[in-house]
Amino acid sequence: MSAASILASYADAVADVEDGATVLVGGFGMAGMPVELIDALIEQGAKDLVIVSNNAGNGDTGLAALLAAKRVRKVVCSFPRQSDSWVFDGLYRAGQIELEVVPQGNLAERMRAAGAGIGAFFCPTGVGTPLTEGKETRVIDGRTYALEYPIKGDVALIKAHRADTMGNLVYRKTARNFGPVMATAARTVIAQVSEVVPLGGLDPEVVVTPSIYVDRVVCPTAQES
Amino acid sequence: MSTPSTSSAPAEAGPRDKHALAAAIARDVPDGAYVNLGIGQPTLVAEHLREGSGVVLHTENGMLNFGPVATGDDVDLDLTNAGKIPVTELPGAAYFHHADSFAMMRGGHLDVCVLGAFQVSANGDLANWHTGAPDAIPAVGGAMDLAIGAEQVWVMMTLFAKDGTAKIVPTCTYPLTGLACVDRVYTDLGTFELAASRGRADGAVVVRDLSGISLEELGGRLDVPVVLG
Repeated sequence: MSAASILASYADAVADVEDGATVLVGGFGMAGMPVELIDALIEQGAKDLVIVSNNAGNGDTGLAALLAAKRVRKVVCSFPRQSDSWVFDGLYRAGQIELEVVPQGNLAERMRAAGAGIGAFFCPTGVGTPLTEGKETRVIDGRTYALEYPIKGDVALIKAHRADTMGNLVYRKTARNFGPVMATAARTVIAQVSEVVPLGGLDPEVVVTPSIYVDRVVCPTAQES
Repeated sequence: MSTPSTSSAPAEAGPRDKHALAAAIARDVPDGAYVNLGIGQPTLVAEHLREGSGVVLHTENGMLNFGPVATGDDVDLDLTNAGKIPVTELPGAAYFHHADSFAMMRGGHLDVCVLGAFQVSANGDLANWHTGAPDAIPAVGGAMDLAIGAEQVWVMMTLFAKDGTAKIVPTCTYPLTGLACVDRVYTDLGTFELAASRGRADGAVVVRDLSGISLEELGGRLDVPVVLG
């Protein structure tokens, strides 16, 4: 796989997302949410999507707008219910969307496993609770663990702060959240950024997501490659 | 004492309000501890930590050593806590991604977490994520990871629900968050030492710092035996 493509158009970046795709969407609430990429996906029209994200939309923009456009079949998330999650709440109560609730750490680790080639892992989180019902368990050193499987995406939509022209990424403060994990876990990884800098413009010591994980970088002011 | 009592002293005469409770919890946090405060009332504990305590706050969305809530020009929507409220950055802060953040929990690196609860059983089972009501939308967030991960799991809650039912119970009736994971429960009426109580032959829970209730009255209102510790 070659270095990332640099695109100026959000629409071009998401043009090939297919109906029924599993889409990993970065962000914790609105911090780190790739709003422009989601808007482009709404415009693009892909439907029956499975969305993997920490929340199920806030307010009326970003993920909430994608849900409101009825493009999402199922949400896999840790925390759908929030004070401003009215779009999801309405769809869920009307039976128009499926929900899989996953403990937040398992959500992250299951994607990490997908990106790291791990077939499954034993995890202590949620043992004895409804969220591990029916899962295989094993006692290791006297503690009970449940078997958790990877979550792999067809596409990841993430937001980073800066990229270089190879696709190395750095993030900004707590907007980092799920971005680096999702970048490892999807077949096609699309990152929107505020700025693209020339090669050598990012200190290699502080690169958070190395370019090997990134397929497309989108920045409206960037020169396309 | 003639000076009016502040939130730093427990109100011996009556039930502790949320600020007195937060202050009591803050006093018990060891200096230098790495601590996660759950969303809602537990965040109040931060306001009562002693200056110079060296306590480092962890937030599940990928940060250590955040500071007070941000106001005015300090508000940065890329810098929020687990409750999605803008906060500030203290010297020595660090950012990391979500898988690392939860590895810190599960890996036993967090010294203390403070969580709210719907119910806690006498042996420390925790129920705090779902009422089980048919029309409720379940949302777990990081509660299950914290419950099994932090070295010390402390709960901050009122002892009785609004309808008067006890929230320390023989067996939780709400869906569980974690098994036998709660070490201590700070309530308006007293602090329950569940870790010290586990395995007692009489099944009793040890309570200290009774506030506004006698041991006899407490015993009468709970379905689990209580002893003073």
